[in-house]
Amino acid sequence: MAISRRAIVLAAGAVLLALVPPVAGLLNQPFYVDLFRRMMIFAIAALSLDLILGYGGMVSFGHAAYLGIGAYAVGIFAFYGVDNGFLQWSVAIAASAAAALVIGVISIRTSGVYFIMITLAFTQMLYYLGISLETYGGDNGMPLKTRSQFAGLVDLRNPSAFYYVVLALLLLFLLLGRRLVDARFGMVIRSARSNEPRARAIGFAPFRYKLAAFVLAIGFAPFRYKLAAFVLAGGACGLAGALLANQTEYLTPDFMHWTRSGEIMFMVILGGMRTLFGPVLGAVVLLGLEDVLSALTEHWQIILGPFLVVVVLFAKRGLFGLVSRDG
Amino acid sequence: MAEPLIAVRGLSKSFGGLRATDRVDLDVEDGETHAIIGPNGAGKTTLIGQLAGDLRPDAGTTRFAGRDVTSLDAPARSRLGLARSFQITSIFPDFSALDNVALAVQAHSGHSFHFWRPARAERELREPALAVLGGVGLGARADVLAANLAHGEQRQLEIAMALATRPRLLLLDEPVAGMGLEETQRMVRLLSTLKRRVTIVLVEHDMDAVFTLADRISVMVYGRIIATGSPEEVRGNAEVRRAYLGEGTES
Repeated sequence: MAISRRAIVLAAGAVLLALVPPVAGLLNQPFYVDLFRRMMIFAIAALSLDLILGYGGMVSFGHAAYLGIGAYAVGIFAFYGVDNGFLQWSVAIAASAAAALVIGVISIRTSGVYFIMITLAFTQMLYYLGISLETYGGDNGMPLKTRSQFAGLVDLRNPSAFYYVVLALLLLFLLLGRRLVDARFGMVIRSARSNEPRARAIGFAPFRYKLAAFVLAIGFAPFRYKLAAFVLAGGACGLAGALLANQTEYLTPDFMHWTRSGEIMFMVILGGMRTLFGPVLGAVVLLGLEDVLSALTEHWQIILGPFLVVVVLFAKRGLFGLVSRDG
Repeated sequence: MAEPLIAVRGLSKSFGGLRATDRVDLDVEDGETHAIIGPNGAGKTTLIGQLAGDLRPDAGTTRFAGRDVTSLDAPARSRLGLARSFQITSIFPDFSALDNVALAVQAHSGHSFHFWRPARAERELREPALAVLGGVGLGARADVLAANLAHGEQRQLEIAMALATRPRLLLLDEPVAGMGLEETQRMVRLLSTLKRRVTIVLVEHDMDAVFTLADRISVMVYGRIIATGSPEEVRGNAEVRRAYLGEGTES
């Protein structure tokens, strides 16, 4: 009972991911180390979104903002010759969390379409801010001078070393995320979400008000918990942004484009909301399909689109829901 | 005589031009079960909302357990021991019955910024929750998803959640609404067992339930309380009969 299918799928996934660099080396296909590292970086972004979108019921349509802030934190430090990774990554996390705090304070008081629009608007603002920063390349972006340095501890220029750093961080975030959603904190944000669909289903204002008030009636003031979740998710995604800058060795405002937010959201939904592992699977599948299909035809999106529609229609709990029935 | 547990003076609330509650005075004594009856639209639910702290009054004051709570919102009043259940079933449908009650316990055991220990393994949450669940007759249904409980069971669950907050005052908005005969009887029996242990204010249309449970009854018409008294007094009150009970059945 305790060792569930989910645990087996998970362990298998971790082992497979750990085997990517040696296998790619055997096959002499170093490109795959790069591809899977990219998948895992987006997996971190997607699982951070799952915390607020899946568990918290907050449809944030601006998660790419934190990806961008994290990437620019690394890029701007590097631009001025500061390549200490500990400093860069800490600032990436702190700056993203701070941005999430500001966006969250304003947006969490709203819900539904308003929440979506506010988070989207903030991200677009940051996107245009990125474009206006001529010093850092404007809308063309700029190359990253050097990858983050970790005082000789680990060398990110070594593709495998970088790969295992990302894998370790991904597993760490999966563990932290799991503990967090099952702890008291997680129970609060999940309960706040649990009543919202009911409110929408009933659909008229006084009832909606009462149901929202219900969470208050047992004595929770969910706002600060939701805000804290929002900030944590922002910070985690900021770290993904710092990793992404090192991955691409180039940064552009496109990291913050709204289509990027949509892509991260799709990874979450495709893989399965409220599972944490689902979004990881979603990131792997989405980026994997992109890679495979774009090699077949330049009109690959014509194939990808319908596939995504089918998954959303027929696998309500996402791809992870198909392999794990428990929970 | 001791101060009433809850004392309301001049409470008013208007929605646009509609006076939902109009200078309401109400005293509920510690330990009593106090029913509020009245025709549809009399403002009963609005009054409950004001007592719970969900609706801010336009005028008037509310004292609870010896302190002025007029400016306190629902979470703050809940922490003082004022619990509410709703007219519409309000539970967390994606959680088990036990989870629902454990959440209510959790809401009243300090802040919830705990990030590491699984809440479902915390005995200080689960054990009180199980005890309360057993007390309302849902002990055997602890692991059932709340969404899958029968309607009557969901209302019992709501009561359990309210009780888990260890309230001094329980506000019940139509606890037997939409229930069949058997479910109604079960709920009335459950509420009878709670009498005296906790002060209850209930709004209810089912007169059998009201006259079985209530120590005192207040009658509300057009936002005003027109009479308060024992069930016998209220039954005998001419104004009440005219306004409400006796509609179309004059003898």
